[in-house]
Amino acid sequence: MYLEIPQLTGSVWKVWLRNRDVFMKTFRVNFIPPFIQPLLYLLAIGFGVGTFVNTVDGMPYPKFIAPAIIATGIMNSSFFECTFATYVRMYFQKTFDAIIATPLSIEEVIVGELLWGATRSTIDTILMLPVLAAFGVLEFPQSLLVIPFAFIGGFLFATIAMCFTAITPNIDSLNYPSFLFVTPMFLFSGTFFPLSLLPQPVQYMALAVLPLTHVVIIVRSFTTATLSGMVLLSLGWIVLVSLLFFLLSVNLMKRRLIA
Amino acid sequence: MPAILLDGWLFIAPVIVASNLVKRFGNLVAVDNISFTVEEGEIFGFLGPNGAGKTTAMKMIQCVSPGSGGKLTVFGMDVNTEQRKIKRLIGVVPQENNFDPDFTVYENLLVYSRYFDIPRRDAEKTISELLDFVQLDEKKDTMIEHLSGGMKRRLILARALVNRSRLLILDEPTVGLDPQARHLIWDRIRKLQAQGSTIVLTTHYLEEAARLCDRLVIMDSGKILVEGKPDELVRDYIGTEIVEVQNGPEAVACLDRIAAKYETIGDMIQVYTDDPQKVANALLEECRPGHVVARKATLEDVFLKLTGRKLRE
Ligand SMILES: Nc1ncnc2c1ncn2[C@@H]1O[C@H](COP(=O)(O)OP(=O)(O)OP(=O)(O)O)[C@@H](O)[C@H]1O
Ligand SMILES: [Mg+2]
Repeated sequence: MYLEIPQLTGSVWKVWLRNRDVFMKTFRVNFIPPFIQPLLYLLAIGFGVGTFVNTVDGMPYPKFIAPAIIATGIMNSSFFECTFATYVRMYFQKTFDAIIATPLSIEEVIVGELLWGATRSTIDTILMLPVLAAFGVLEFPQSLLVIPFAFIGGFLFATIAMCFTAITPNIDSLNYPSFLFVTPMFLFSGTFFPLSLLPQPVQYMALAVLPLTHVVIIVRSFTTATLSGMVLLSLGWIVLVSLLFFLLSVNLMKRRLIA
Repeated sequence: MPAILLDGWLFIAPVIVASNLVKRFGNLVAVDNISFTVEEGEIFGFLGPNGAGKTTAMKMIQCVSPGSGGKLTVFGMDVNTEQRKIKRLIGVVPQENNFDPDFTVYENLLVYSRYFDIPRRDAEKTISELLDFVQLDEKKDTMIEHLSGGMKRRLILARALVNRSRLLILDEPTVGLDPQARHLIWDRIRKLQAQGSTIVLTTHYLEEAARLCDRLVIMDSGKILVEGKPDELVRDYIGTEIVEVQNGPEAVACLDRIAAKYETIGDMIQVYTDDPQKVANALLEECRPGHVVARKATLEDVFLKLTGRKLRE
């Protein structure tokens, strides 16, 4: 019953449009972080820490971490959007209550939120690319594939985030998934050092349960122009896990909101 | 509107039919086996103390809160299976305002119209009519946070009308408003009724209910205690007049002697009667009470008599 398939209509996009309209109203604030963050990471870690590192997997360190910066951005955007931002809309603004009094169903509201979360990841990725490209750490044209992929990766984190939002007792408790899930992923997903440095069992663990690992693998294969079969495997993992959490998040939210 | 022609008779089907409706939240029974019918074009009120189950009943009609038992149809359609169709036809004023704080007055209505698939041109036309209707034209470009409580309530009424709804569910439409704003809303509600809308409303203002409602129910602890027309309820449960007199053994003895129907409330006695003159005279002549006041009985008297004077949690 937690994996029931929701009945959806095109109205899902009305929710997406509502969020887009709000975003456009406040776009000046929204556009700044995706410019600043990659810059800071690249300078501090890539060129700062990087001076102590020769090469990783045969590439200069900044080139190695550039995809990690993008992948982390994809994760952070949709994860934040579908935890804190969704919670504010759901609980404080009662936006969902307002929408379900119209022909839209609660399932459609949640799916609209998920699609918007994925869209936020995509927008932020588009903004990050030129900043990183300016430092010559991305291979083109392959790196452009990151843009459509940002939507897929963003959707993955949106569905996971939505499950936390569905079960959190209050907004402060949403800090736990940030500390206990997002931060470890940020550090141990082959982001700033290769997975191969970890003990074998931990490597398998990372591949099995840390979604960011797969997002990093794919983004890195694009930005370094080294496509391999591994990409398909990771993509398969992402699709399956997204599907699972998609169904779970919609049903958990429905349970929470329709008493 | 489902109307049935049978043997030359035209039967207009009711807009809402609820039979033995139940809603449980865990162990709590918020709506306890209620039945009622709302006819087309009437204003139907739900009264009751805090926690009586009014909002819960409204949410069931709106198809956003599935029932735990019983049957509920709106425009002849089952709320469990035809939510989308029903919701397309109704307009809702929720108890708590839930605007989009990031949008202006106008944008709020525009975004809301979009949820009903209303083409933008039509929506723009309707919205300017509605802003005029609730006297908010000048606030068109104002952000929600800069509206007063009364303006917000007027705006939310306008929002409930963007889909040209035929059934309006108004959950405490005048909560927290000053007399002017309240009168404006009353006037608009009557206009909407005159235009053919069916209106279901809840309120804690008994005077409002008495003025607006064609019929109403009084609920308590999830149950419907009475149903009827406001003036009939007053007549049946109280009588037409009330005489209030200071409580004291002499007054009680006097009232007992003339076999009056009365109730003691603190240091006051309320006598329910259709002949206040007789009661007042008896009191004044025989026991010289401190203070005697005769007044018209109101719906509030019925309400307090039926639901008691104890404060609710
Ligand atoms: N989602 C919910 N979960 C649990 N209990 C609820 C929920 N909604 C309402 N209740 C309970 O159901 C009962 C009826 O609540 P409801 O809001 O319908 O009352 P009301 O008549 O509208 O009261 P008020 O006049 O204060 O608005 C209350 O005891 C309330 O605590
Ligand atoms: Mg209520």
